[in-house]
Amino acid sequence: MAKKASTSSGRATEGGRKPDTSSSGPSAGLPPKPASRRPSAKSVEPVRQAAEPAPLRPAGRASEGFVWRRKDLLGLDELSAEEILHILDTAESFREVSTRSIKKVPALRGKVVALLFFEDSTRTRMSFELAASRMSADTILFTAKGSSVVKGETTLDTVRNIEAMGVDIFVVRHSEPGAPHMLARKVRGSIVNAGDGSHEHPTQALLDMFTMRQRLGRIKGLKVAVVGDIAHSRVARSNILGLTKLGAEVIVVGPPTMVPSAIRPMGCQISHDLDEVLPQVDVVNMLRIQFERFGSNLFPSVREYHRLYGMDAERLKRCRKDVLIMHPGPINRGVELTSEVADGPSSCILQQVANGLAVRMAVLYLVSQGTE
Amino acid sequence: MSDIRITNGRVIDPAGGLDEVRDVAIDKGRILRVTPPGKAAGKAARMIDAAGKIVCPGLIDLHTHCREPGHEEEETIATASAAAVAGGFTTICAMPNTHPPMDDETAVQYVLQRAAKADLARVLPVGCITKGGKGVELAEMGMMFEAGAVAFTDDGIGVASAAVMQRALQYAASLGLGIHQHCQDGDLMTGVMNSGAVAVRLGLGGIAASGEQIMLRRDLELVKRTGARYHVMHVSSAGSVELIRQAKAEGLPVTAEAAPHHLLLTDAACMSYDPNYKVNPPLRSADDVAALRQGVADGTIDCLAADHAPHSKEEKELEFGLAPFGVISLDCAFGLYAKALVGSGLCDWPQVIAALTARPAAVIGRPLGSLAEGSPADVTIIDPAMKWTVKVESFRSKARNCPYDGWRLEGRPVMTIIAGQVKFELYSHSGKSCMA
Repeated sequence: MAKKASTSSGRATEGGRKPDTSSSGPSAGLPPKPASRRPSAKSVEPVRQAAEPAPLRPAGRASEGFVWRRKDLLGLDELSAEEILHILDTAESFREVSTRSIKKVPALRGKVVALLFFEDSTRTRMSFELAASRMSADTILFTAKGSSVVKGETTLDTVRNIEAMGVDIFVVRHSEPGAPHMLARKVRGSIVNAGDGSHEHPTQALLDMFTMRQRLGRIKGLKVAVVGDIAHSRVARSNILGLTKLGAEVIVVGPPTMVPSAIRPMGCQISHDLDEVLPQVDVVNMLRIQFERFGSNLFPSVREYHRLYGMDAERLKRCRKDVLIMHPGPINRGVELTSEVADGPSSCILQQVANGLAVRMAVLYLVSQGTE
Repeated sequence: MSDIRITNGRVIDPAGGLDEVRDVAIDKGRILRVTPPGKAAGKAARMIDAAGKIVCPGLIDLHTHCREPGHEEEETIATASAAAVAGGFTTICAMPNTHPPMDDETAVQYVLQRAAKADLARVLPVGCITKGGKGVELAEMGMMFEAGAVAFTDDGIGVASAAVMQRALQYAASLGLGIHQHCQDGDLMTGVMNSGAVAVRLGLGGIAASGEQIMLRRDLELVKRTGARYHVMHVSSAGSVELIRQAKAEGLPVTAEAAPHHLLLTDAACMSYDPNYKVNPPLRSADDVAALRQGVADGTIDCLAADHAPHSKEEKELEFGLAPFGVISLDCAFGLYAKALVGSGLCDWPQVIAALTARPAAVIGRPLGSLAEGSPADVTIIDPAMKWTVKVESFRSKARNCPYDGWRLEGRPVMTIIAGQVKFELYSHSGKSCMA
C-alpha cells in the first residue's frame, strides 16, 4: 500500500495536506479545497456555489494511499491513529456539503440505513438521520418504546428481523456495553455504534477531535481535560482513546466517586481539583451530569457539583486565553457550565453539533466501503 | 473369576498413598484387590490393558448444576451425568438452585430418582441451607440428610445474614455435615465482571474481590465460634487463598475448591464481550490465577470442582450485561486441570488426582474416592499423554456455553467405571476403543 510522505513512525501527517485534485473519493467533482488547511480560530467558511457533484467513486482517496477496510465502527479502541485521521480527513470533505444550497451527495443512494435506538436519544438520532439523508440513503427508524422490545423480543432477534427487510447499515444506540459488538458478530450489514451504555460513543469523540483540530489546528500535543461523571461516560472513554492515539494528553477530572482509579491504564491522568487543572489545558470538555445519579450517593447535590466542578466566568479566567470549552450536549445550564460560558466566545458547542453531521456522513460513507 | 481386571496401569490412589504400577481386580461392583502386575491368579471376564495409562479412583466433582427440575432446557440430570462420565467423573454433587429449589426431602428424593433412571454417574444432592435459598429460615437439613443430601449450600449467592449463617453452621455441625458457601457480599454484587482496568475500559460494572473476602472473613469468625465444617466454593481471588491458608494454620475445619476457569482465564478474556466468559465469581487477574494454582499445589485449595453451569444458546446470545452467569466444563474439565497444574509444572499427577478423589470424598464424608479393597468399584482410566482438541459441539452436556472450544489439551480420561460397570469408553475416529 503506497503511503504519502509521512513521519518516521509511518503515520500520516496531520494538517497541511495538499489539496485533493484526484478524481476519486468523496471530493470528486467538487471545487478544490483551499491550499492551506490551517484556519484561524474564528474563520468563516466561504459559501460556495452549489455545483451538482459528480457521482462519488468508491475507492479511498488516491492521494492518501490509505484504504479504509472496516465494515463496522464499534469504537475507537480498535482503531489505529491512521484510521482515525482518515475519518477526520474524510469528514473534512463532507463538511463542505452542508454549506451548499442543495445539501446532498449521492454516495449512499439506494442504500438503507436503519437507525436502531434501543436507548433514548433525539440529537444523535437526528444527526445520523440527517447525515444519512444528505448521503441520499433511505433511512428507517426503530425506537424501543412501544416496539417489540417491550414485548420481550431480544436485541438480536429485533435486528435479524429488520435485517431481513434489507438493510445495509445499522446505526445502533443501546444501554448495554458491547451490544454493537454482539450484533457485528451475527449480522451481515455494517454496524455503527451510536453509544453503547458506558462503553464508547465513537462519533462523539470523532467530532470532538474534529472540532479541536479545526479550532486549534492540531491534536498532537494538546492537553485536554474531560470533566464530570467519568465512570459512567462513554464520551469520556472514546475521547481518552482517540486523543491518546493521536498524541494528545488527557486529564480526567471529577469527584473520586465518579472517577475510577483503574482508568489510568487507558492512558489518562486523574485529578480531583478542577481549578488546578484549568491553567494547564487547551481544551475543557464538560460532560453532562445525569441527575438520576444523585440518588445513588455518587455526589451530595447538584449545587455542590456546580461549586466544585462547574465552569463559570471565574473559572474561565483561570484558563488559557485560547481555551476551547466543549460539551457533548444536551447542556444543563447552571450545572456543568453557566450560560455566560456556554454562549461565550470560548465555547464551540454549536460547532461541535455542526461538525457532528460531517463526521457521521464520513463514517457512514467509509463503513459502506468496508469489507472486513 | 472376577468381573474386570485392569492390568499394568500406573495406579494412583492418594487415599491409600499408592503410586505404582499395579493390577486392579473388580468383582461384584467392588474393588477386589490391587496387586503387583502379573501376580494375580486366574482371569477376569473383561481384561483391560492399561499400560501407559493412569488408573485412579473415580473422579468426584463437588459442584455441578444439573438444572433439573425447572430448567431442563439447559441441562437434565441425565445429560449432566452423561457429560460427567464422558469427562471421567463417577460422582457429581448436584447443586440445589433448581426450580423448585432443593430445600426438602422430596426434592432430594426426586434428584436421586432421576439419577437412578439415567444410570450413569452417581449424583449426590447438596441441599439448600435456607428455605427457597432465600437466606432467612433454615431448611430441613436433617430430613434432607436422611434422604441422601451430602452437604448444604445456597449457591448462587452467599447467606447474607451473619445470624442465619451462624445458626446454619451450628445446626449442620450437629448432623456432621458441612456448609458450602458462595462467598459474596450481596450489597457489593453490583457488577457483571471483575472490578479493574478491563471493566473500566469496557464500561461494565465491576465485582471486586473484596466482596468475596468480606463474607469469607465473616464466616471464618463464625467457624471459630461454632467449630462447624465449612467449605469455600469456587475460590476466585488471591486474598481469599491467603485467608484460607491462615485459617488452616489456625486449625479451623475449613476446606476449599477451585474451578478450571479460575485456574486458566483472566478478566482480559471479557474484552470481546463474549458472555461465554461471564461467570460468578468472575474471572480475575493473572495474580489471582497464579495464587489459586499455587494454592492447589500447596494444599490450601483442597479440591478441584467444575462449577458446571449450563445455559441455553438463547440465554448466552444476549448482551454481556444481560446474559446469565455460568460456563460448563464437565466434558473437558480433567484436561483443563492438567493444563493449569501439570502442564504448568506446579503439580504432579498424584496431587491433581487427590484433589479430585480423596479430598472431595473427605469434604462430603463419603466412602468414595479410594481403591481400598471393598470400596465401590468407581475407577477412572486416564491417558496422560493423549493430545486432544476440545470440540464443544460433541459434548454430552446439553449446553454449549463453554469458553474452551478449540483448546488443545493433553491428558484425557478414556474409561469410566462405576460400581464395576463400564459407563464410558472413549472411541477413536476409526471406531476403535482407546482401551484394549
